[in-house]
Amino acid sequence: MHVKLDTQNCQAYANCLLTAPEVFDLDEESGIAIILQENPPENLRAVVEEAVRSCPVQALILEG
Amino acid sequence: MDSVVVVGASLAGLRAVEALRGEGYDGRIVVIGDEVHPPYDRPPLSKGLLTGATDLSAVTLRQRPDLAVEWRLGERAVALHAADREVLLDGGRRVPYDGLVVATGATARRLPAVPEGLAGVITLRTLDDAITLRRELAGRPSVVILGGGFIGTEVASSCRTLGLDVTLVTADPLLARALGPLSAGAAARAADHGVTVVHPATVTEVRGHDRVQEVVLGDGRTLPADVLVVAVGAVPATGWLRDSGASLDNGLICDAGLGVVGLPGVVAAGDVARWPHPAFGGAPLRLEHWTNAAEQAVIAARRLLHGTAAGPCAPVPSFWSDQFGIRLQGVGLPALADETRVIEGDPAGDRFVAEFFRTGELVGAVVAGAPRALLAYRRRLTHPQRVPAL
Repeated sequence: MHVKLDTQNCQAYANCLLTAPEVFDLDEESGIAIILQENPPENLRAVVEEAVRSCPVQALILEG
Repeated sequence: MDSVVVVGASLAGLRAVEALRGEGYDGRIVVIGDEVHPPYDRPPLSKGLLTGATDLSAVTLRQRPDLAVEWRLGERAVALHAADREVLLDGGRRVPYDGLVVATGATARRLPAVPEGLAGVITLRTLDDAITLRRELAGRPSVVILGGGFIGTEVASSCRTLGLDVTLVTADPLLARALGPLSAGAAARAADHGVTVVHPATVTEVRGHDRVQEVVLGDGRTLPADVLVVAVGAVPATGWLRDSGASLDNGLICDAGLGVVGLPGVVAAGDVARWPHPAFGGAPLRLEHWTNAAEQAVIAARRLLHGTAAGPCAPVPSFWSDQFGIRLQGVGLPALADETRVIEGDPAGDRFVAEFFRTGELVGAVVAGAPRALLAYRRRLTHPQRVPAL
């Protein structure tokens, strides 16, 4: 499982952080999302998938 | 199961299709939508699409190329024959299904005092509504907005961004459902941004010959209007299910896992669905949040494929609203609260954190400029029965 962020698209909604704080954080200055684990472990798949779906601007992409 | 029909080419409809394919379902999928547009994103319709910050092309929801869907766009479902497992389309065609996802959403509520078909009178729900409103706003009209919920306030904000004169008429305090007693802060913010807020007030008459000219309020006052936006909420789109045998009561009544009560092989998701949320005492809820539509679609799809083993639907309600230069974000159900505490900042300002309680228990939180603060509240509102799906 590999997570990618389109930083151009991110609008700082923070839904990813709220859904999967193990994997996502926010830049203190810009509020733009930060990926803490680009290849999160399989036991986080459900919350990572939910986080990807929760992005209002579809800035997150899940591969694998 | 060889054939799934989704009624509603919406966010919920598309997310349900993606979830069905994601779960390995490789049978036929037919999606019926009464609009000609492929599934699109509604939040920009009251904001960026009106101000020009968002292109028309950007509201179409991105689709994976391998979904293998038969789209029936511009076709309206008019009845459900549940015993025969068929959806009847306008024009008489029948679409058979083994499994059915109802994702027909909601339609804009109308007011008896507002005549239909008068030019310049607009409800905002669909993409076509938004395109019509955008075209009207390009003529630099003076705008009257009825309704002080998210849509009314967001349209007011967009109109001010365009530099238009805006009067917002509302019976309830501004954003009362989301902010409860803090709505004075929202009213102050709207006023600071140049919106004339008339509250409490109702509309008793709309005058004009070919097009709207003025609005008459309950106290006899009149407001001139070139454009009147009616934003007084939405009603679930269940008319086509009237004779289906389903229970209809402010929505399509579902069980805890989004199975439609009384109709085998039918599930529902999004604004149309009313279901008992286990974290809020099991009382039936119907939510009109974007995140709810997206999450329920996945749960409904799993329910269709796996039955009750898929588990209950218990997402933490979550919402946002971009308006007047700030982003309000919330979790839970603030409308249930009997007590509100502002623990940081000023509800009229750019940054605040507010907690909402009912009989001493946390039921929601709303923030501006402090998204990280929601993390702890979301955790506290997560239902213990929440199934870490799959």
